[in-house]
Amino acid sequence: MSKVTAEKMTEDLLRPLLKTSWHFYVLVVILGGIVSLGVGAFAYQVNQGIGVWGLNWPVFWAFDITNFVFWIGISHAGTLISAILRLVNAGWRRPVTRCAEVITAFALMIGASFPIVHLGRPWLFFWLAPYPTEREIWPNFRSPLVWDFFAISTYLTGSVLFLYLPTIPDFALVRDKTTGWRHTVYGALALGWSGTTKQWHRLETAMQIMAIAIIPVAVSVHTIVSFDFSMAPVPMWHSTIFGPYFVAGAIFSGIAALIIAMAALRKFLGLELYLHPVHFENLAKLLLMMSLLWGYFVFNERLTTWYGNGPSEIGVFWATQRGPYAPLFWTMVICNFVLPLCILSFKKLRTITGCVIASIGVVIGMWLERFLIIVPALSHKFLPYAYGNYRPRAPEILLLIATFGAMGLLYTLFSKFVPIISIWELKVGEQPELTEPRETRDEAATLWRTHP
Amino acid sequence: MTCMYGLYDHPAAAQRVYTQLKRAGLKDGDITVISAEPFEAFGFSHRDHSLILFRLALLGGILGFLTGVGLTVGTERAWPLVTGGMPIVAWWPNLIVIFEMTMLGAILTTVVSLLVTGKLPSRKRSLYDVAVSDGKILVGVPVTGDAEAIRKALDFEAAAIKSAEFG
Repeated sequence: MSKVTAEKMTEDLLRPLLKTSWHFYVLVVILGGIVSLGVGAFAYQVNQGIGVWGLNWPVFWAFDITNFVFWIGISHAGTLISAILRLVNAGWRRPVTRCAEVITAFALMIGASFPIVHLGRPWLFFWLAPYPTEREIWPNFRSPLVWDFFAISTYLTGSVLFLYLPTIPDFALVRDKTTGWRHTVYGALALGWSGTTKQWHRLETAMQIMAIAIIPVAVSVHTIVSFDFSMAPVPMWHSTIFGPYFVAGAIFSGIAALIIAMAALRKFLGLELYLHPVHFENLAKLLLMMSLLWGYFVFNERLTTWYGNGPSEIGVFWATQRGPYAPLFWTMVICNFVLPLCILSFKKLRTITGCVIASIGVVIGMWLERFLIIVPALSHKFLPYAYGNYRPRAPEILLLIATFGAMGLLYTLFSKFVPIISIWELKVGEQPELTEPRETRDEAATLWRTHP
Repeated sequence: MTCMYGLYDHPAAAQRVYTQLKRAGLKDGDITVISAEPFEAFGFSHRDHSLILFRLALLGGILGFLTGVGLTVGTERAWPLVTGGMPIVAWWPNLIVIFEMTMLGAILTTVVSLLVTGKLPSRKRSLYDVAVSDGKILVGVPVTGDAEAIRKALDFEAAAIKSAEFG
């Protein structure tokens, strides 16, 4: 890699950290305002009780659990995709991985907060944690909600570490390029990293192990989230397909979120030199594949229910196909299947704009999918006396909007304080085919044997 | 400890100096190579290869597994709750928690091993030069023997040679 390119790379990627434009403050104020609305809605709910939501018998899970499943799904954008790309050593992953890993960390935090919000009395959330108390109540390990606790905490811990470890060399770079408080803070975050060959080797090995470990954890997380439903004897929930169906949907929505985030970063941070159209095209191909897979799963699920014609299940089926939930169902099909297929199948339309339009559609469609899994099933249980309706109220809607604001705010703040593209990994990707002269290599090998 | 080091623009130059230092009789452990990015194509990068992290991760996984078994089975036996017709020690659901604990054990052990073997966090002032962040490759050795021979080897690629106190 030429010297100028390396310097330019460092300068471009550190610019957001060292210079702050007024756009940043405006964005933070707007996103902060949206988050405040959500905080206000939550405070109102805590003060008044969970009755301020639209929940009523028989629908006791709605927006909050939809948000939980949706954001846990979005979290599959990052660590899972990054780990797979690392393991297969895909060269084009380098500018993408950190953008993706950040989504995982924040989406998990947002998603995991919803079961606590849903408790109604969130200050008692620690009762879920496994610790011995005078109440002599420990978690019942046969409850899927406890599985959630273990799966999400493992995934969150792993994802945060997976994000942090490769950031250490970049923190060291920022430490060396700054003075004052920045030097102190980034120095602390860099943990005294110097970049010895041993440190590099250990870091790369650790990342390899983490990638191997995190893939099954990521798959388990959304499978376990699906168990929250499939372990319950509720029509259209008690299904063996839910595990892979949820995992596929999670990766699908995750890729869409990643494309949107990358397009925003490219535009607002001027990263055109690093986030190329080819990165979007590759992700768009993955998105298209996942759209087809999602369509396959939906077809499977629907056909089995329709053909089985079980009295309780068919009620839920028709409620979504041509009943009160049909507009949402068909919007979901258009967003998740028709739109990506129409845009991403054609090379001409697979532009950055095209990818973003398809991805926005998928994010909307996947939220609707989560909603349509939860609410119609609960509102059409086995006997007609247990039929009911659900209408969201303002606090729930505000909380939903606030989650998107929170994601935007956290992402904006992160990209302000941490290089959003891994600088050292990018430099490694730009290294030309570096080879030693044969005689030097041979001599080094001889010396290694004689003077180890 | 006084260290002498050179800063080089290209990894090939660093490799040649590294070879010269070994010719001068220095051992691998005495030579420090520091860079802002890994250079896997060069011999100096390969000397620290080891499987220790994989082995420790496996050990961590086993510890996590045992913790998972202990936590689930121990809890179920201590507070025997009958749930949905399942046995008190219900292995199918327990496997989920045990799996997560196994992976958590492997992940945490990997991170701790990285920090310990990479000597992080380090507050000790070790051999370093901020020019590394500008893309230079540092090759340095502690001056314990023939300083002139070290200087000559470091000077092989006509780099700026510096001496400093570290440690």
